[in-house]
Formats: sequence, structure tokens, C-alpha cells
Amino acid sequence: MSGTVHLRYEILRTLRNRTILAVTLALPLVLYYAVAPSNRHSLADGISFPLYFMAGMAAYGAMFAAVTPGAHIAADRSSGWTREMRITPLRPGTYFSAKVVTSYLIAIPTLVLLYLAGTTLGVRLDATQWLKMTGLLLLGLAPFVVLGIIIGHLASSTSLTPLVGGTVVIFSLLGGGFGDYFTGGVMQTIVRLLPSYWLVQAGKIARGGGGWPAEGWLVVAIWVIVLVPLAVLAYRRDTSRG
Amino acid sequence: MTVPQQSSIAIKATGLTKSYGSIQAVRGIDLTISAGESVALLGPNGAGKSTTIDMVFGLTRPDQGSVSIFGQSPAAAVRAGRIGGMLQTASPPDYLKVREMVKLVASYYPKSRPVDEVLRLTGADQFAGQRTTKLSGGQAQRARFAAALVGNPDLMLLDEPTAGIDVEGRREFWQAMRHFTESGRTIVFATHYLDEADAYADRIVLVARGQIVADGPATEIKARAGSRTIRATLPDVPEDVLRSLPGVVSAQRRGNAITLVCSDADTALNVFLTTFPAAQDFEVRGGSLEEALVELTGDKAAIGALR
Repeated sequence: MSGTVHLRYEILRTLRNRTILAVTLALPLVLYYAVAPSNRHSLADGISFPLYFMAGMAAYGAMFAAVTPGAHIAADRSSGWTREMRITPLRPGTYFSAKVVTSYLIAIPTLVLLYLAGTTLGVRLDATQWLKMTGLLLLGLAPFVVLGIIIGHLASSTSLTPLVGGTVVIFSLLGGGFGDYFTGGVMQTIVRLLPSYWLVQAGKIARGGGGWPAEGWLVVAIWVIVLVPLAVLAYRRDTSRG
Repeated sequence: MTVPQQSSIAIKATGLTKSYGSIQAVRGIDLTISAGESVALLGPNGAGKSTTIDMVFGLTRPDQGSVSIFGQSPAAAVRAGRIGGMLQTASPPDYLKVREMVKLVASYYPKSRPVDEVLRLTGADQFAGQRTTKLSGGQAQRARFAAALVGNPDLMLLDEPTAGIDVEGRREFWQAMRHFTESGRTIVFATHYLDEADAYADRIVLVARGQIVADGPATEIKARAGSRTIRATLPDVPEDVLRSLPGVVSAQRRGNAITLVCSDADTALNVFLTTFPAAQDFEVRGGSLEEALVELTGDKAAIGALR
């Protein structure tokens, strides 16, 4: 099974890049503890602030984690390894699925750490709510996993960091990861078209809602449907000498 | 649809051209390489060697012309694991040890060689446990060579495989390569070292300015390289007439000045003088390797690179 060896080494390489891993896991946690404790007893959007902000940071942190493999792609491109892989029988399917798995592999512990942080500040949910929330977060991440691959194949290794950071921050801010600033008007209409909005909404399932309305599923699905062919195109075109 | 499984032609490239903007990197290359041959693409930097290799691998789409590998498209040959090698200026992937990298590449191929055997053969076993980022230039090349070898492809294309390796390292590299070619496999390598091409290739394809300027057995290219040149001033006689003179290998005209590269300068000069009494300003120059290469490649700047 060629795919399993490739996946195993992709995971190994991801885990060995300690800097990226540590920053990805720690950043949302640091932000959470910087903001949430002092607002521990206030309410936001009808729920306790620690829960509210946990949802936002979960969306932000998971997005950040999901696009991380883009950095590895850019590094492999600048070393020339991407091209050298192209003259082997490595299948594109194996390549892409390994990227998706490593994306989620970093995203999931990011979520778990934030959940734990939330519970230290009194966030309590029942098992179904945790599971539902996690399920929707993971689904809502799909567009960002693909976006990471696209950026990785388009950006140079020097332009990657600002591109990834900028993308994640813009999506987080507009989607409500740092607080709801767009509660009406045109901006609200626009914001509801972003996958990050639904990522944040997934976190708020704890409020007692039943998950996404059809609109949320549709938005996430459309983003995936549009981005996947772009990722394939970016990968295919990416064979020229750096 | 018929897909030939066995073809004795390893590479058939026809009419390849490729431009990048206003730069014509490859301007009409036709190349047929039989299975089992070992061929050097010799030429200075910028001659179009890498672009040609990229087109053979299917990484770069030619503007014109076509490539087939064992009767298949380059993409199909790559998918089937029949072709492998080393590209120019690549380095091993980071966050892996050398052995892991070779194992990884082995997993892609349908009939790969045992990893330990390849590590031993390439000398990469001495640093198999090291991270790829901790390797010297020569070690990195050897690790990549091990990765190229482990797939056991029928055709190996190496783009300046010994760049950055010292003389001793180069010798070891080619020793390991010999194990590969002895099993009847095809190897094509780009180099700008004449001695390397001479020592390790049966056939030398001399590339300059995006074209093939000479193609033949290493001995023949060397014989040409040991030739003399006649220069003279002679208007009106076309190049192909001059080229057909006995003892003349190639002829070139720049304005009224002509240059004849000769395999037998004595005969050529005798015939030349009797045939064209109008010729003036003779100069017979002899035979350094470098001068001959300059004549063949038509490129003075190449001389440094080819030394």
C-alpha cells in the first residue's frame, strides 16, 4: 500500500516541524487565556463569555491549523522536492488525501486544547453538544484545508507567511471569530456567505441551537466545490522550475 | 488503442521547441535514444539541457514537438514507474532522515529495489540516520541519487547529478551508477564536464543554444575535439559545399570569413587550395579540446563552463 507509507511520513514530517506545530496549538490558547478570564462572568450573544469566546477561538485556531500544510507545500516547492515527486508514480489522490489528513491532524488537537481551556473557565456542555459542535467545526474546516493547499502551491516560501496569516485573520474577523461586528445590513449578508461565519456558528451550537440551517451547509459545500478544482489546477500547473 | 509494452526506443523526441518569453531555450531538438544506451547531454549552462530534460519528463510542455518514452506519453511512463531520476537544483525534503526519504520514494514504485541495498550501493548508508537538512552538498546529492535509484526505473534521467560534488565524490557516484547501467538500463545525464561525459557515456550529444550541434559515440566527439581548424577569407562559396570537402567535419561562414573544422586538416587544406584559388588569409590552428568545442558549440562563453 503505497498510500500508507506516504501518509505516515507526511504525518511524521508535520510532527517534526515543532515550531509550526507549537505556534499553531498555542496561539489560540494564549489568546483565549488573555481575554476570557477577565470577562469570565459577562454574557455575550446570550451565552457566557468563556463559551462565546471559546467558539470564536475554536474557529480561528482550527482555521489556522487547517491551512498549515500550505507552509509545508511551499517549503517542498522551494527545495525542489515537489518537482522531484512529480517524476515518481506518486498518485495525486495519495498526495491530496495525505494533505487533508495532516490538516485535520493538527486541527483536532487545537480544538481539544481549547475545549479543555473552556472547561477551566466553567464551560459545561453535555456530550451531544460537544460532539455536534466538533462535527460541524470539522466539516466547516474543509474549505480552509483546500485553501491551504492552494496557497501552498501558489505562494513562494517568503510570501507564504503573510498570505496564510492574512487569510486566516480576515476570515476570522469577518466570520465573527473575534466577536460579532456585522449583525445587520449588507455586511451581514456578505459575511453569511463565508465559511468562517458558519465555523463560528458551529461553535455556538452550545447555545442550544440545532446546528446549521440549510444555508450553512450550502455555503460550505459551495466553497468546497469551487476550491477543489482550483487546488487541482494549482497542483497541476506547479511543475515549473523555481 | 494499442499500447506497446516493450519498445526498444527509450526516448523519442521530435522537433522540440520551448521559449520563455523572448528567450528561446530549445529550438528544434530531435533525439532518439535506444534502450540500454548511456548518453551524456553535454553543453554549457543555458544550452537548453534542463529544459529538454523537463520536457522529456513531461514537467514542461513543449511549444512544438512531441516526446514518447518507451512508446508511451511521458505522463504515462512516469505513472508506470518506468522513468525516474534527478532534476536540477533540487534538495531532499526536510524533516526526514535519509533512510526515511529513500523508503518514502521506494513506496511509490511498483518494483522498487531493497532500500538497504541501494543505500549501500550509493554510499548513503554512512549517513542514513541523519536528517536531510544536516547533509553536506555531496551527501545530499547521494541521498537524492539513492532515492532516484530505489525506484528501479527502466530509464534514468539525471540533470547535472554531480553538481557540487568533489572529484572523489564524482568517481564514487559513477561507480554506483555503473551497477545500474550494467543491468541493461538506459541512462541519460546532463553535464557540463567533458571528462565526465567522456568517461561515463557511450554517446555524447552536444547541446548549444537550444540545438544539438554534435551527436555521436564519445570516441567520435573526442576525435572531432582533437581536430584542427582552417580559417580563411573566401566569398561566395556556400557552407554545404565547404562541408563536403574531404577531411572537413563542419564549416561555418561569417561574412567573408570561413571556418572549417577538420578531422584531417592536411588533406582538407590541399583540396581547399586547389579548389578555391581565390581564398586568402589562411590560418591553420590546432587542436585543443576547448577550441574544438568552441567551434562545435559556436559559443566562446561556453569555454569556461566546459573546461
